[in-house]
Amino acid sequence: MVPKDQTIERRTMAVLVDNEPGVLARVIGLFSGRGYNIESLTVSEVDPDRRLSRITVITSGTPQIIEQIKAQLERLVPVHRVSDLTREGPSVERELVLVKVNGRGNKRVESLRIADIFRARVVDSSHQHFVFEMTGSSEKLDVFIDMMRPLGLVDVSRTGVVAIARGPKGL
Amino acid sequence: MASPQMTGSEIVLKALCDQGVDVIFGYPGGAVLPIYDALHEQNALRHILVRHEQAAVHAAEGYARSTGKVGVVLVTSGPGATNAVTGLTDALMDSVPVVCLTGQVPTHLIGNDAFQEADTTGITRPCTKHNYLVKSADGLARVIHEAFYVARSGRPGPVVVDLPKDVLQAKSDSYVGPEDIKHQSYRPQVKADSHAIAAAVQMIAKAKRPLIYSGGGVINSGDKASVLLSRFARALGVPVTSTLMGLGAMPASDPLFLGMLGMHGTYEANLAMYNCDVMINVGARFDDRVTGRLDEFSPRSQKIHIDIDPSSINKNVVVDLPIIGDVTSVLDDLVKAWKRSGAKLNQKALKAWWAEIEEWRGRDCLKFANSKSIIKPQYAIQRLYELTKDRDAYITTEVGQHQMWAAQFYKFEKPRHWMTSGGLGTMGYGLPAAAGVQVAHPEALVIDIAGEASILMNIQELSTVAQYGLPVKVFIINNQWMGMVRQWQELLHGGRYSQSYTASLPDFVKLADAFGALGLRASKPGELDDKIMEMIESPRAVVFDCVVDQTENCFPMIPSGAAHYEMLLGPEDKAAKPVSEEGMVLV
Repeated sequence: MVPKDQTIERRTMAVLVDNEPGVLARVIGLFSGRGYNIESLTVSEVDPDRRLSRITVITSGTPQIIEQIKAQLERLVPVHRVSDLTREGPSVERELVLVKVNGRGNKRVESLRIADIFRARVVDSSHQHFVFEMTGSSEKLDVFIDMMRPLGLVDVSRTGVVAIARGPKGL
Repeated sequence: MASPQMTGSEIVLKALCDQGVDVIFGYPGGAVLPIYDALHEQNALRHILVRHEQAAVHAAEGYARSTGKVGVVLVTSGPGATNAVTGLTDALMDSVPVVCLTGQVPTHLIGNDAFQEADTTGITRPCTKHNYLVKSADGLARVIHEAFYVARSGRPGPVVVDLPKDVLQAKSDSYVGPEDIKHQSYRPQVKADSHAIAAAVQMIAKAKRPLIYSGGGVINSGDKASVLLSRFARALGVPVTSTLMGLGAMPASDPLFLGMLGMHGTYEANLAMYNCDVMINVGARFDDRVTGRLDEFSPRSQKIHIDIDPSSINKNVVVDLPIIGDVTSVLDDLVKAWKRSGAKLNQKALKAWWAEIEEWRGRDCLKFANSKSIIKPQYAIQRLYELTKDRDAYITTEVGQHQMWAAQFYKFEKPRHWMTSGGLGTMGYGLPAAAGVQVAHPEALVIDIAGEASILMNIQELSTVAQYGLPVKVFIINNQWMGMVRQWQELLHGGRYSQSYTASLPDFVKLADAFGALGLRASKPGELDDKIMEMIESPRAVVFDCVVDQTENCFPMIPSGAAHYEMLLGPEDKAAKPVSEEGMVLV
């Protein structure tokens, strides 16, 4: 038998599904029921006329498991198409974060300065706090959040990753 | 133009009729009363009243497997739906097309913990191929037609349609027929890629020790698939082994057939699998009962895998050449491509391969020490086979030793005559399945080969059998033990027989009488034939209590976690080494 490749790979997959009740539960149930990992998952309707939603899921596993995940997703009746963005050529991945920082004095000034460096926007503020909005790669978000931690970070909300293939072709 | 006003219930029944349904297996209750009311008003659909919803699904499975049509189930909300879950899971594991209509509390009560409310679509999501909750009578016809399409297309499976009571009572003029329905996205690949077919021809042409490994997919693909399979095997002179689910696709009497493979498969089938150099998997899924220890499974073969379900490819075993498609279509293409190519197998190598196989066959691995004083279970099934083989009998089973003996000793010549719970291993499957088969084939001889433990799990179905005068024969291999549990305890758990003996068994002859069936008992080999003949000739349902040797074990056996060549052939065959720790955790 061909020896199995045991290296763990991380993959971003785009899944186009019918926007019908329970479709997200179906996808999540597949992952939990078969013991696959979900590192990030986002979903939203992308085509109201055809009632299609797009799920972006980041998962990891051996090459054999990754192949299984793709095949199992494609097997679900409301799934139209599954694209392994990591594998099928270059892609863009972005995530959005909202960060609430509660600080005064120097810390407040410092948070604003760092936000400026990261091109984060202030979307809410008072004398005691800022809410910053920032988009970027997950790694960049991680760094930004880490830097805000000593400056009075009180709340973080992240969207999870959305991704799209580079180039002119659609999913 | 709008169709006439119909209630939701009428739409359901019309959609069923338009799908060619002639029988429903069901059990009424509050939420589905409107459908039962509509059923009362018509004669096109026959309703078989079961005694437990699990049995309704198994009966529909028996009906579906023996006819190739979709089996239909109708149950109420809450407990009706939850009772059906075992049957649905069974149908999912064995790829049986079933549409199960479940009642639901009215839409405005959903989520309120109403009486007999259960989150049916939530509960059945992982145990169905697909499910629907219908929120309005307007989309109802479309959903029912879609459910049938999904259930029977691609790899078949169970589909649940959850029907709130207010939807059943609402009126709508939106009825559409099946011809107007096209599913948005679900289109399984039926026709294989021609490059894959060409590659398969090349791979097979180089084989010196080829083997066909056929599975339930051949049966599900339709009767033509079985014809093509045997034609292909005979044209090439290649040996064929089969999974439990695939029995009957290749006639058991064909000299090319090596018998079933796997945990309780034949010596020749398992050794052929271990030693082959090109394996052609036709509609099988490398189940753990078949492969045994994975890293020692057919280690030197190039593997071709024909399957309609892409997720079966490389799931358990990595293959060299996947061919996605329906078995009938793929085999048709393969046979033609083989002829066109003018390829020939190396006859000298093939002859040597067959010589090896005949040597393994010569071990006669299914032999057992018969007795003059006590009925051996293998002997009982052998006799049952000999006395029924010319009667085109349909065989169902429960789960356990008797099931494996039935698979080993009953020789199936045709597809769709063998109904057994393979994937899920559901005790209690056989009797309701037999009832379903008998409903589909009223004149046929239908026998449930049972164990005394399994049969008690759905014994209430004797009442269904009685109500409809179904002449089902229940042939109980009675050893008073949960035989397979006892066998594992003997071989793997030091003979500590924890909870596997059934005390206080009923008197099955009296029990038969109580249900209006004929009760027969045989406890001596000498009386077996006469009693079996009495069972076959009786126009009534029969419960046959076949009292057998309590200590007999099912061989050959590959202990869990072991490889095909580590097979135990009989009780005298001491395991070469104790079962490994990894093996002990396996089921």
